[in-house]
Amino acid sequence: MEEETILERLRKEFPAGVKEVLTSLGDEVAVIDKEALLPIATFLRDGPGEFKMLLDLTCVDYPGREPRFEMVVHLFSLSRNRRLRIKTGIDESDLRIASLTSLWKNADWLEREVFDLFGVRFEGHPDLRRIFMYDGFEGHPLRKDYPLRRRQPLIPLKE
Amino acid sequence: MPSRIQQQARQDTMLLNMGPSHPAMHGTIRVMLELDGERILNSEVEVGYLHRGFEKTCEHRTYFSLLPYTDRLNYVSPLINNLGYVMTVEKLLGVEVPERAQYIRVLMSELSRISDHLTCLAAMAMECGAFTAFLYKMKAREFLWDVIEQTSGARMTTSYIRIGGVRADLHPDFDSVLKKAVEETRLVLKDVHGLLDKNKIFLNRTRDVGVMSQEDAVAFGWTGPCLRSTGVSYDVRKAHPYLVYDRLKWEVPLGERGDNFDRYLVRMKEMEQSLRIIEQAAVRIPKSSRAFIAEGLSPGQAIQESRRQRVRKDIALSPNLEGSEEARYPDILASDKGFVVPPKEETYTTIEGLINHFKFFMRGHGLRPPKGEAYFAVEGGNGELGFYIVSDGTDRPYRLHLRAPCFHIVSALEQLIRGRYVADVIPTFGSMNMIGGELDR
Repeated sequence: MEEETILERLRKEFPAGVKEVLTSLGDEVAVIDKEALLPIATFLRDGPGEFKMLLDLTCVDYPGREPRFEMVVHLFSLSRNRRLRIKTGIDESDLRIASLTSLWKNADWLEREVFDLFGVRFEGHPDLRRIFMYDGFEGHPLRKDYPLRRRQPLIPLKE
Repeated sequence: MPSRIQQQARQDTMLLNMGPSHPAMHGTIRVMLELDGERILNSEVEVGYLHRGFEKTCEHRTYFSLLPYTDRLNYVSPLINNLGYVMTVEKLLGVEVPERAQYIRVLMSELSRISDHLTCLAAMAMECGAFTAFLYKMKAREFLWDVIEQTSGARMTTSYIRIGGVRADLHPDFDSVLKKAVEETRLVLKDVHGLLDKNKIFLNRTRDVGVMSQEDAVAFGWTGPCLRSTGVSYDVRKAHPYLVYDRLKWEVPLGERGDNFDRYLVRMKEMEQSLRIIEQAAVRIPKSSRAFIAEGLSPGQAIQESRRQRVRKDIALSPNLEGSEEARYPDILASDKGFVVPPKEETYTTIEGLINHFKFFMRGHGLRPPKGEAYFAVEGGNGELGFYIVSDGTDRPYRLHLRAPCFHIVSALEQLIRGRYVADVIPTFGSMNMIGGELDR
């Protein structure tokens, strides 16, 4: 099976970096170490898998769990017609992670979005600013501890 | 805080804001340009003016009640958004959808795709000065929306595609209205081809303007018509077939140069393919097992009678959305009662129906997908429209993320307009089909 070999191959290449490989509801998933993200991503893009397209990059917040944040990256290989999901944990005490902007161009905006909504800091990002919220916005709205109804209007609302 | 472009701009250049509310920018987006005369040296695109916390809101809604929010993502083709969300939840739940409902979904998403492409090209043509083409396309769009409205009851905010199937069966007159809409759309496409394909003004503004290479398009995560205009053959409907797309005959039109004109042409050809799909699906759709009930007890009479005894007669309700649908449920909705809203006539006239209704809508009950996560993508008007849902076993998603296709496309705008003239921003931006609701979420 071809898709097995991608995950198996990944495991062979990065025995320390890949924590777990699994298939969930038909999607291939690799759980990897935070430090190994950049080498693994480079291998996936340029290696036999040819994952030339970064489909999506987002984050999930699990308060109370260690590590608190989980970054989820979806890759797509046009030549093999396969999707791959990579997950990696980010500790709340150390919110830094390697940026993928050197590999995929759309990582620029995607990482700005995750930085804006979750507060993850991407090391090596050329211009890490908020993208949806305005400058001076407090907090990161997609974190679970940000209240749904908290208002921070840029211009004071009329009483 | 000064933005990047303000800090980096040269002393002798001019900074110009286009937008956020500019008549030629459909949708609120701000493009800051650093100009040397008319030439763009640098630019910075600022988005987020329509951010309304879609993903945050969804975490606080049940799987059923967040459906209307998905209408408002890409508001030009709401049915495809419904479909993308619903199919992701179905993947989590493992629901089997009846064949007729699958065909209805295909019909509806192709109608939406055409109206999406029509809107994009209409706006693009108008911004280049072709107002007639704009009016023609709007006319065609009205016919398509008539079809959608007749069955779903709404033109834009439809919420028609539901978990397990669709909200209601097709309208009894669906075939004739569809036929008219297809005919009219074909005529309009022919007219528009005649108006624009060899139009000198249009060609000057679009040919070899905003050229995207294949490598860059892939590196930027472009999907949909914009990616295909560069010659990469990737269509989610072909690559990962869902519903009944693999049973229908159609082609994936490709462009060659990846410029504005190719993006226009690919969309035009795609509409023709969508019409092909619609015509085939309308013929091959399995017939409904029961005819529409026009005569029977009125809803008030039925409730009156249910106080004395169980109602055995048919109940005639309005033809769309409030019809006596129970008998047609097997054709259009999944058979598992836990996944679908019980029919209204049962809710109002029997105690079991009422209990089912409450069980479905009560907090903490209803749809509760098992723990896990799923990514599912459909081909939206702009490209791969993917939903990533994490379920923790409760009745509301733990995390819902939308992969908005035009987010990736618009992120390439800065590169496409660098070194071009101010006037080139308009057709380039127009051909991208930026939709604020989807981009900013």
